[in-house]
Amino acid sequence: MTSLLEITGYRLAFDGFEGRAQVLDGIELTVQAGETVGIVGETGCGKSVLARSIARLVEMPPGRVLGGAIRFEGQDVFAMDRRALARLRGHGVAMIFQDPMTYLNPVFSIGTQMEDVIRAHDRAEGRRMRPRAAAHARAAELLAAVRLPEPDRLLDRYPHELSGGMRQRVLIAMALTGDPRLLVADEPTTALDVTIQAQVLRLIAELVETRGLTLLLISHDLGVIGALCRRVVVMYAGTVVEDAPAEALYVRPRHPYTRGLLAAVPDLARPDHRAQPIPGHIPNLLDPPSGCRFHPRCPMAIARCAVEKPLLREVDGHRVACHRAEEAA
Amino acid sequence: MSIAPLLEVQGLRKLYPLKGGRAVRAVDGVDLALRPGESLGLVGESGCGKSTVARLVLRLIEPSGGAIRFGGQDIARLPEAALRPLRRDMQLIFQNPHAALNPRRTVFASVAEPLVVQRAASGTALQARVAGLLRDVGLPESFLWRFPHELSGGQKQRVCIARALALEPKLVVLDEPTSALDVSVQAQILDFLGDLRRRFGLTYLFISHNLAVVRQVCDRVAVMYLGRIVEEGPAAQIFAAPRHPYTQALVASVLPPRPGALPDAVLAGDVPNAAEIPPGCRFAPRCPLRMERCTREDPALAGGGPHRVACWAA
Repeated sequence: MTSLLEITGYRLAFDGFEGRAQVLDGIELTVQAGETVGIVGETGCGKSVLARSIARLVEMPPGRVLGGAIRFEGQDVFAMDRRALARLRGHGVAMIFQDPMTYLNPVFSIGTQMEDVIRAHDRAEGRRMRPRAAAHARAAELLAAVRLPEPDRLLDRYPHELSGGMRQRVLIAMALTGDPRLLVADEPTTALDVTIQAQVLRLIAELVETRGLTLLLISHDLGVIGALCRRVVVMYAGTVVEDAPAEALYVRPRHPYTRGLLAAVPDLARPDHRAQPIPGHIPNLLDPPSGCRFHPRCPMAIARCAVEKPLLREVDGHRVACHRAEEAA
Repeated sequence: MSIAPLLEVQGLRKLYPLKGGRAVRAVDGVDLALRPGESLGLVGESGCGKSTVARLVLRLIEPSGGAIRFGGQDIARLPEAALRPLRRDMQLIFQNPHAALNPRRTVFASVAEPLVVQRAASGTALQARVAGLLRDVGLPESFLWRFPHELSGGQKQRVCIARALALEPKLVVLDEPTSALDVSVQAQILDFLGDLRRRFGLTYLFISHNLAVVRQVCDRVAVMYLGRIVEEGPAAQIFAAPRHPYTQALVASVLPPRPGALPDAVLAGDVPNAAEIPPGCRFAPRCPLRMERCTREDPALAGGGPHRVACWAA
């Protein structure tokens, strides 16, 4: 059986004035249909650019693929022609992003924008574009599916008249238009307040369940990831450092960075736990550290770590990229 | 409490008039007191007025009503000239350190500015003082001549903290000081803010939407909703046993860093517009415990002891 998504040895760089930033370095990630996978990491770890790569949304140049492949349902994404790509986007992969306002046009009503998306999907799938009235009715159905009240009235409104939570629901509705296999959600609740975040996460969980969506959730927040994902991938400075079932990762992290990240989060339920900083800071990807990219900040680093890049390997049910993964527990 | 508060706010209001005689009631009757050396967390969701309170307390914007007593003196209506000597005692640290530093000025120039403005030091004494401040915030002296773009986010926030400490303030208002930082760096800054408070006997008004951060840094917490404080008390009590239904929802919505903890969406709907605050209790339209009385009468903060709640059902 082919995997829904298969990323092998993917290396991506950005060429800029100051040189070449090696933003993704040998990413290995396979996602099966029906999985809920979270990608967690700090600023600059490459999680968003990896997510965008899946739908080939990274601009080239300045981006430049140095190696590896991304396959969606067995098809090489980088080899797709315009038609195949149009089908991939929306029908195969749909994305939602952090700031919904950026993805809505302020001068058109919600209805107009949704009708445009619905009709564009018709075209991408080689059907005749349905008339506006039919698209309008379909848009109302989609808004109802994301639990927005009075969809017909909402379609006549403009983005600025909606709250942040409502805008994100509209974008989720648009993402559902092409009945996608994979939903990629990049920090979908980061711009929202906690009570609204809870509503939107509930909605995503419900859609994943009822529509059999595969979910790839990108977040810096271990709480958001833990709420929705059964499997968690941890990234650091352009590499996958650990990939494990959520339960195992939170309870027995194998990579020293995962452990550092978990210890750095203040936890309301454990007032005696003080958030522990990770010393040092994120490396400059114009000149990344040799060997393991985490070694300059790692409490367990040995001489080998500065020389030899650790590969992802199976340890105790985790995939982990650390020379000393066996010792960490 | 026998110790006089450093900062005492009563009935503080800030209205922004709209067309047609209406107004956005951004802050709508807030009472607060901070004792010297304590750290009070002001929490709430976007638009609740917490940042407006910070700016009012520092007199960066004009209050529409109410009293602000700083060290016993009402500063709510003091003219700017009379405020200036007091300004050195109250400082502000912003959320986004990238925007709070002038990209064309060196670290030295930014940190020295308050000392120059208040004529507190000059010449070699000034440079020695600034170098000392950098040491206090854990940065080497070599950073004096660097520009903001050469610094990481955490380092920039330390520079902002050094600048805020330059005039040895009594009160520091921190408006989401770690929200723009990664968690590993956030933990560094939180630790460090705790150290500073003990070392210099500072009083913090700590504004944040992140309850877990407030839990770690603050002794007391005030919860704001739609321009009003709805619950206030010792941090341990508020988080362990919240009494206001809004605080309960807020606490229940926090995601712990653990798997499988999808919270119930306790509250339906959004925060109402601050130009159309409902009569009675402002939380009533979203409240799971709403009673008939709540839609008629506006509850005030009440309760004996340090833990007070503005709710008819609590």
